[in-house]
Amino acid sequence: MTIKISRRVMLLGSAGLAAGGLAAGRIAAPAIAQNAPIRLGGLTTLEGPFATGGQDAYRCIQMELERINHTVGGRKIEFVRESSNAQADVALARARKLVEQDNVDIILGPLSGAEGIALRDYSRTLSGKTIVNGSSGASDTTLRNPSPNFFRFSTDGTQWMAGLGRHVYQTLGIREVAVTAGDYAFPYAQVFGFNLEFCRLGGRATHYWAPLGTTDFTSQIAQINRSNAGAIVVVHGGTDGLAFMTQYAQAGGNKPLIGGSIMADQTMLSARGPHRRVMIGMISGGPIADVIDDPTWRDFVERYRKRWLNEGGFQSPSIHGVNYTTNLYGILHALKAVDGDLSNNQAAFQQALAKAEITAPTGATVKLDHNRQAISDIFLNRIEERQGNAQVVAFDRARAINQTLGMPEEQFLKLGAPSRDNPGCVA
Amino acid sequence: MRSAAATWSLLGVLALLALPWLLAQVLPAGQAQFWTANILGRAIVFGIIAMSLTFLATYGGFVSLAQMMIAGVAGYVLAIFVDGAVPRIVGGLGYSLAVPLGLVAATAMGLLVGAISVRTRDIYLLMITLALAMGVFRFVETNIAWFNGYEGIRNVVGPAMPGFDVRDPMVFYHVALGTAALLYFGVLYLVRSPFGLVLQGIRDNPRRVAALGYSVALHRIAAFGVAGFIAGCGGTLSTIYNIGISPGTIGLGATVNVLIMSVIGGLGHPVGAFIGSLIFTVFDTFAATIYDRDRFNTLIGLVFLVIVLVSPDGAIGIGARLRRLLAAGRR
Repeated sequence: MTIKISRRVMLLGSAGLAAGGLAAGRIAAPAIAQNAPIRLGGLTTLEGPFATGGQDAYRCIQMELERINHTVGGRKIEFVRESSNAQADVALARARKLVEQDNVDIILGPLSGAEGIALRDYSRTLSGKTIVNGSSGASDTTLRNPSPNFFRFSTDGTQWMAGLGRHVYQTLGIREVAVTAGDYAFPYAQVFGFNLEFCRLGGRATHYWAPLGTTDFTSQIAQINRSNAGAIVVVHGGTDGLAFMTQYAQAGGNKPLIGGSIMADQTMLSARGPHRRVMIGMISGGPIADVIDDPTWRDFVERYRKRWLNEGGFQSPSIHGVNYTTNLYGILHALKAVDGDLSNNQAAFQQALAKAEITAPTGATVKLDHNRQAISDIFLNRIEERQGNAQVVAFDRARAINQTLGMPEEQFLKLGAPSRDNPGCVA
Repeated sequence: MRSAAATWSLLGVLALLALPWLLAQVLPAGQAQFWTANILGRAIVFGIIAMSLTFLATYGGFVSLAQMMIAGVAGYVLAIFVDGAVPRIVGGLGYSLAVPLGLVAATAMGLLVGAISVRTRDIYLLMITLALAMGVFRFVETNIAWFNGYEGIRNVVGPAMPGFDVRDPMVFYHVALGTAALLYFGVLYLVRSPFGLVLQGIRDNPRRVAALGYSVALHRIAAFGVAGFIAGCGGTLSTIYNIGISPGTIGLGATVNVLIMSVIGGLGHPVGAFIGSLIFTVFDTFAATIYDRDRFNTLIGLVFLVIVLVSPDGAIGIGARLRRLLAAGRR
């Protein structure tokens, strides 16, 4: 008898759930009319190892949308937030919800590499929708099998290392490094970019890989401290990077540090702990720095501080925040160019995106290549102590870096995709 | 009573068959599709995986945390061998061969998990199956040559013939529903067969079953094999649904999610798995809409806590409780 009743309850229950869904569906009717608001879906990570970066991305987007009063090309913008946990299948489920349930026209996101590749594949199955990258930086997302409606106004992990390998070899005169990096797409791309210059000049690199989410680096640190490496290249992200640096400082490490792009960032420097001591003087490459001698950047930082310093913001916007903002600028620029016209399966809008030439919050000019990937400026940075705070200061700037670091695309593609077995150290 | 249960189940399946058309009548086109593919379809796929756990727990008394991992084995084998997956690991097989291969692998993994854990029970069984699941997860996450590490294998788009493209949400939904119905009635049939009766005997008193001359160990391993096959079906569908598979799909979070679905649905009957997965999917999808975006996991946690507090035997237990209350009121 129990079974019989339970079935009835199941039917009743699902009917109730369905009814609830219907009610929700009625409220969020789709925006079809041309003067209806444009629905922009945000996808970032508010859970998992990149939660702080994801929060900052939403801070920057909210600030920039507030600045234009949520209006562009004569149309209102409605921003719908979603959250993933840096896993590809979760990002995919959330993106589907944004497109099919929330009826967004454009998705701005995601944050991490594998999510980016999953969303690129998903974008191919969509028509009349556009996905513009958030902060994900795997090079394959746009380099191999690019999708016609996936755009990236931010530079990728390989681009971010432009000039760093040369600086370490030529200016610092270091011939051998230990590379400790996360075992996934983004660090592969970064290590590849570093090695491309460093190994080509004659440098030697030993690699130590650790999966994303590693908390114990002590054995790795012991090996590195015993080795002949003249410097350590650290390419971890989020909480992993913090764990490595903390343990390195506690182990009394004193080799010069070269950082990946998401290491030298306010998400790291604003965290308390012994890692701050060893990080002073660290050299890194990336699309942003805290201090850049550029009026556009100073203005952006000032507005960011005014808006967010008292509401949990950082001293200076994070790399994820800036990447999301750069991509948002691309969207806004194209929307303005077509007067908010998303008709005809967004054809005009996507053309405007492909042709857009914008100025990123850092003051860098951004334009897209034939794969809809950004060509932009990269900064060489050093972490300095200023007014009692650790700050990332840009001391050099490489202009108009493309995705193949200046190499002809065919030759670059022949090197193969970055992976732990192909870290870019080819003679 | 048995036939009544089967009738109700059939009615339920028929209602689910008609539901997409019903939804299309009352919802805007995009939303009907979303509900069909991404709420109901996803719930059914996860329900299949949860049912493999419910089957083991209800009729054998074994709570296995390895079921999501076993589902992932089917997904990974499919992704490794099927043509068109990116990156190409082995490739060369069509879906008609790669899918059965994945199911065989999942069944074999089920048998292996059953064999390894054959001497354990209760909390120890839970721990050993969790350890196996995490071991496979970590291996898959760090192995590039076979599993492409953290990124996983993408572009497993599913079979497509003229008039039958699995990427079409309607087709996918009906394939998933058909698979789920077959497995569901298969389980109901199996537990009334001699094998199923012995299994329930093992649950209630393994010593007595052994004294009657049955091999407890072999029956246990076989039950894990059956559960492995069921989980494999779910894993295959979920891989096609996700257009690929990555380690996150079989990680600790996913493993726990399957357990949550089974528990909130109720471990008393296989249908609990599907109720649980539907509740889970609805909250997982809409919690961020209903509640603060930064804290929506709190809402999900609270809902599950309430269900388990109010009714320790899950959603299907709530029905039984209500009925008893009503009967008491009438008296």
